Amino acid sequence: MDSRIESKIGKAGTVPVVPGAVRRLRRGRWREVFIETFLRLNGFIAIAAILLIFIFLFKEGIQAFRTIPAGHFLQSQELDFDNVPQTVRLWQPVGQNPKYSLIPLLLGSFLVALPGTLIATIFGVACGIYLAEIAGKRTREVIKPAIELLAGVPSVVIGFFCLATLATFVQDALGTTFRLNAMVGALGVSLVIVPVIATMTDDALRAVPGYLREGAHALGANRWETITRVVVPAGASGLVAAILLGMGRALGETMIVLMATGNAAQVTLNPFDSVRTMTATIAAELGAVPQGGEQYRALFLVGSLLFVMTFLINLVAELAVARMRRRLAL
Amino acid sequence: MKSSAMVTPRPAREAVSNASPAKVAFGGVSFSYPGRQALSGVTLDVPERRVTAIIGPSGCGKSTLIKSINRIAEIGTEVKVEGRVTIDGQDVYAPGVDLVDLRRRVGMLFQKANPFPKSIFENVAFGPRIHGASRAGDLDQAVERSLRQAALWDEVKDRLGTSAMELSGGQQQRLCLARVLAVDPEVILMDEPCSALDPISTARIEELIEELRERYTVVIVTHNMQQAARVSDRTAFLLNGQLVEVDDTETIFTTPADRRTEDYITGRFG
Ligand SMILES: Nc1ncnc2c1ncn2[C@@H]1O[C@H](COP(=O)(O)OP(=O)(O)O)[C@@H](O)[C@H]1O
Ligand SMILES: [Mg+2]
Repeated sequence: MDSRIESKIGKAGTVPVVPGAVRRLRRGRWREVFIETFLRLNGFIAIAAILLIFIFLFKEGIQAFRTIPAGHFLQSQELDFDNVPQTVRLWQPVGQNPKYSLIPLLLGSFLVALPGTLIATIFGVACGIYLAEIAGKRTREVIKPAIELLAGVPSVVIGFFCLATLATFVQDALGTTFRLNAMVGALGVSLVIVPVIATMTDDALRAVPGYLREGAHALGANRWETITRVVVPAGASGLVAAILLGMGRALGETMIVLMATGNAAQVTLNPFDSVRTMTATIAAELGAVPQGGEQYRALFLVGSLLFVMTFLINLVAELAVARMRRRLAL
Repeated sequence: MKSSAMVTPRPAREAVSNASPAKVAFGGVSFSYPGRQALSGVTLDVPERRVTAIIGPSGCGKSTLIKSINRIAEIGTEVKVEGRVTIDGQDVYAPGVDLVDLRRRVGMLFQKANPFPKSIFENVAFGPRIHGASRAGDLDQAVERSLRQAALWDEVKDRLGTSAMELSGGQQQRLCLARVLAVDPEVILMDEPCSALDPISTARIEELIEELRERYTVVIVTHNMQQAARVSDRTAFLLNGQLVEVDDTETIFTTPADRRTEDYITGRFG
């Protein structure tokens, strides 16, 4: 850009100055300044938006502590039929004695996110390695857009598929007690994050400089040894980032889990039980509660917690990417 | 004697023209990438246990020439090779050639030092592991021997476990040399190994090349005329994919037979 301006100025010295040209030049300058400012502003807006969302969530969520004792977010007491107090961990925000234990929701979220991420990691990483290291140019040109297409399927459609088809299939295959359970949700969620992990793995491995592959081949490593002993270790931090970002997405996924997991908030570690995630709880309840009430605030607290968790996961992922760049001296 | 600008050839050694058998031989080699012929009809003998320098302007096919020996040039692309490239008389492009073994016998240093982002030890142990060494004692021995040979042992012996990426550029290139030496090659190819190094690091590599010629056949591509004159016994001048001239280094730098060689080494082009 600059050199073009300079050459125009240079020309202006030898030929008579055309007023229109100077004006055009000046306008070009302004446009540049404008675009630059606009782009910078966008960067700041992104940061500001994150901060604002955080403040908005927290401001509301923190007020839940005004009426609900902190301990009740873990467990609370309830009298059983014989009037003996029992410790319960329930999310039961309606009724005489509402209960706000976050434990079943946290367990629900992780029972979906962890198996979902695990399944997606296996397929996504394999797919990414295939794309970056094995597929020829033409195959790549078909597969990569296909994967990106999968990422574009609305999650309600995937949820629908899970609810209607996959759930039956899983129950027939494994004989689970509940048709809708965490595993069905995990499978659905993995469909959404396989593309995330695959594309990011592909990016990470393609960022590994070619001279490392060349060096490995020159030492007699075959393609497989080059991939497993040089390329993947070199891109390992990028792979970690890919998996973490996938997990962040899995924790935040709402529609699929709402439709596929059965939505029973219970304390369980069995991935074939019905569960209810943090996201599904917010989505299902927030619209139906009075604004500013106790449950409303408790839901905001759940949202704040979710926000902090995904934020931390994404932060670690970013650090991993930075680490990889540093390690490879890119 | 024609004046040769600023280049002083190394003190005369015994003429190698006919003294040493060819370790690597190119016989009418033409090499094409898709849509681009990089070498045409190159015939060249690389004498055993000597240093052969390849000089020529950018893009003339120097890298392709040496990478066609260990068949690295064909990685990630389709190539067409005509003619014969032989090592000890065996055609490296014959069907059924074991590439793993070929590349063990022919090591290579690259323009940019390319240590793996692993520890110093693991870098040197990489080759032996690939070729089947697994006993810890053997590996330790191979690593120490190679690092000593590459004159790096004293600088790194206390930190073999630290990342190779923390070494300086010159140390990294010597590490890459150690990595190559660890698999006991017969031929060592070097593609402008000093082009990214400072003069002191360059001098150290050149000293090493001087030692290597006792045991290995070395082919070095260089842009630096003085370097070719300092380190090599034979020099080949390549232009537009064709071999213009090859002769004892002293002859090339004092009385080249071809006008184009003279123009190139006196800096009139390239
Ligand atoms: N992988 C490749 N695909 C296509 N053309 C290539 C490739 N590598 C090198 N070439 C071309 O072959 C010619 C010789 O390249 P090279 O051997 O790298 O020359 P030098 O090392 O002398 O600079 C150049 O024109 C270059 O563009
Ligand atoms: Mg080159």
